[in-house]
Amino acid sequence: MPKALRGVLIPLTVLLLLLLINVIKDVDFLDISNVNGALYGNIPNILFGATELVIITIGMTLVTSASGGQDISVGVVATITSAVFIQALAAFGPVSWLSVAGALVVSCAVGALLGLFNGTLVAIFRIQPMVATLILFTAGRSIAFLIDGKVSPNLKNAVTTQIGGVIPGVPIQTPIILTVVVIAVFAVLFKLTNLRLYTQTVGINEKAARLNGIDPVKVKLLVFVILGICCAVAGFISVCKNERHDSVNLLKLIEMDAILAVALGGNALIGGKFNLPGAIIGAYTIEVLNRTLLRFGISPDAIKAVKAAFIIFLMIVSSPVVMSLLDKARGKIAGRLEKSASDKYGGPKTEGA
Amino acid sequence: MTKLKENRVPLSNANLLFIIAAVILLVMYLFAIALFPESFTQPQTFFDLFNNNAALIILACGMSVVMIGGGIDISVGGVCGLVTMSCAVFLQSAGADVGRSVLLALAIGLAFGALQGFLIAYLEIQPFIITLAGMFLANGVMTIVNSTPIRVELPAFVALFETKLKIAWLGTVNRHGMFIPCKISISMLIAVGVIVAVALLLKWSRFGRNLYAVGGNAQSALMLGINVKRTRFLSYLLCGLLSGIAGYAFLLTTAAGNVGNASGFEMKAIAASIIGGTMLTGGVGNILGSPIGALSLLTINEIIRAAGIDSNIQTIISGFLLCFFIVLQSVIIWLRDRSGGFKLQRPPWLKASLRTRDGEAP
Repeated sequence: MPKALRGVLIPLTVLLLLLLINVIKDVDFLDISNVNGALYGNIPNILFGATELVIITIGMTLVTSASGGQDISVGVVATITSAVFIQALAAFGPVSWLSVAGALVVSCAVGALLGLFNGTLVAIFRIQPMVATLILFTAGRSIAFLIDGKVSPNLKNAVTTQIGGVIPGVPIQTPIILTVVVIAVFAVLFKLTNLRLYTQTVGINEKAARLNGIDPVKVKLLVFVILGICCAVAGFISVCKNERHDSVNLLKLIEMDAILAVALGGNALIGGKFNLPGAIIGAYTIEVLNRTLLRFGISPDAIKAVKAAFIIFLMIVSSPVVMSLLDKARGKIAGRLEKSASDKYGGPKTEGA
Repeated sequence: MTKLKENRVPLSNANLLFIIAAVILLVMYLFAIALFPESFTQPQTFFDLFNNNAALIILACGMSVVMIGGGIDISVGGVCGLVTMSCAVFLQSAGADVGRSVLLALAIGLAFGALQGFLIAYLEIQPFIITLAGMFLANGVMTIVNSTPIRVELPAFVALFETKLKIAWLGTVNRHGMFIPCKISISMLIAVGVIVAVALLLKWSRFGRNLYAVGGNAQSALMLGINVKRTRFLSYLLCGLLSGIAGYAFLLTTAAGNVGNASGFEMKAIAASIIGGTMLTGGVGNILGSPIGALSLLTINEIIRAAGIDSNIQTIISGFLLCFFIVLQSVIIWLRDRSGGFKLQRPPWLKASLRTRDGEAP
């Protein structure tokens, strides 16, 4: 099996299985229709809906790899940055492509700052990532609410509607294009810089990394800043899609989906080596899972419980104890096979010597 | 000078953190009295902090137990909410009685504690992930059980809900010259009982001492022949049980089930434990610190509410406090590692004041 395929085998299998279930339930599941020059259908909708999750999952994979923990404040950071985005856009005067870009830069800067805050707690003060990010996780939505000025501001104008929907003349919905752009940016980043190597080195062994001249503190700060910027972009796309900023419900529970996507992609949640293609496919798998459960008439609240049970199941299967048990069982079966084979073909080789 | 060195009794980390917590609570309360004298000088205000927030105090106790053992439990708030909702639904159904609803609360708490404890202790999975999943699981199950607000109207329960103990010798005189004694609710009694029981358990039982050993250094504890896995499992079991009790205490304060019940309690409980001097790294902590930490947090919230500031500020301030104390702990650990010993030296100003008290020239 090619090495590239092995990493994405599990999420890809689950993804294809889910798609198969959907096709069995509904024969025209894969149909794509053309409405006003843009493509719609279940597959484009999945790609469209998973935009924020994919972007956040990329950052989460890096953070998981370097710090050995997860950031549970991602949804909240996205909420704060998108609130800042709306305020900045309003401050810049008439809406144009330029002012939207300017507001996006401002919100990314805020995202980077929030990432720096989490990163400082984790890297310099050596606090477990989940506790450090718990601060923003619970306090952040109140901050976003205050930035909004206690209302849910609307965002209705030609430019952001096109970003959250379709640009005339382009057959693919804009968020899908943005996802591809973000993935491409990371691909280039990994190709041109040592980010992947440094992140994995710090995650595998911090002391060894320092002895080799890599500063773990800097690398950890960097990955948290990257995650903050990812969250800002995700929040921007989400607020453009929804056309209003609801600080209570914006990207709610996305932290669990992102962690689940990282785990599903075959990444160890205790850090070390990471597999970004696996995590991205994992994110799309989660989106398909959500939609499949909804199609089967399971209420959104019950989905939360189902996903939590799914995480627990994944963790049990990948836990060290179960893994070693499996290894032992595999060894036993292999030994028995070998023995039966040697019985058949005239016993062990040592006999002839 | 040599005599001074011999006399020096270093404060250990646990005591230092505990004293900081107690001083902060005292300062905070005095500050509150200075700001709002007419409300905070009444003893009833202090008891109401306890009466209305018994659930949080119990949760902080459970959280401290797990944190002393070197773990963490994010699911406490979710389990507490689930228990409240389940018991409310049960009490509203036909043929329910109070006794069985208590059993239901304890059973749900124990079930979550046993499941998470088994996965964390025996399968060696990271406590964060499992308890985060546990929190979402409890939340999801709660909305499946019932998603509309529900009020408990069972006469036996309402009687229990309205039972208030009166302290005859403590109270305030109102404008008409009538003496109003202080009232204590059942949930406060439960909270006090839990604090005392857990404090005794940690101080005097084999499990308690094992827990400190496991949290301090699991490897050494294993070499001493302590059953590390069982101790960890029991700590999560105890925390789950306390979450169940807290859920019932919450029901006793609100007499209603609501989807938003006990949301955000996990952060408040962690903050209360940390302010109360329990170390995130495990092995250090004092159960009596958790109610003190919780009360400090509640006093601040009460001040904010009395000042009429936006309630969103309360959450932000809680988060800020948690951040401050986490950083403080981290600095203390750094100092401890740098000085190479477990003890912190007394600050110079304290040394100077002690010297003058002993009658020596500074």
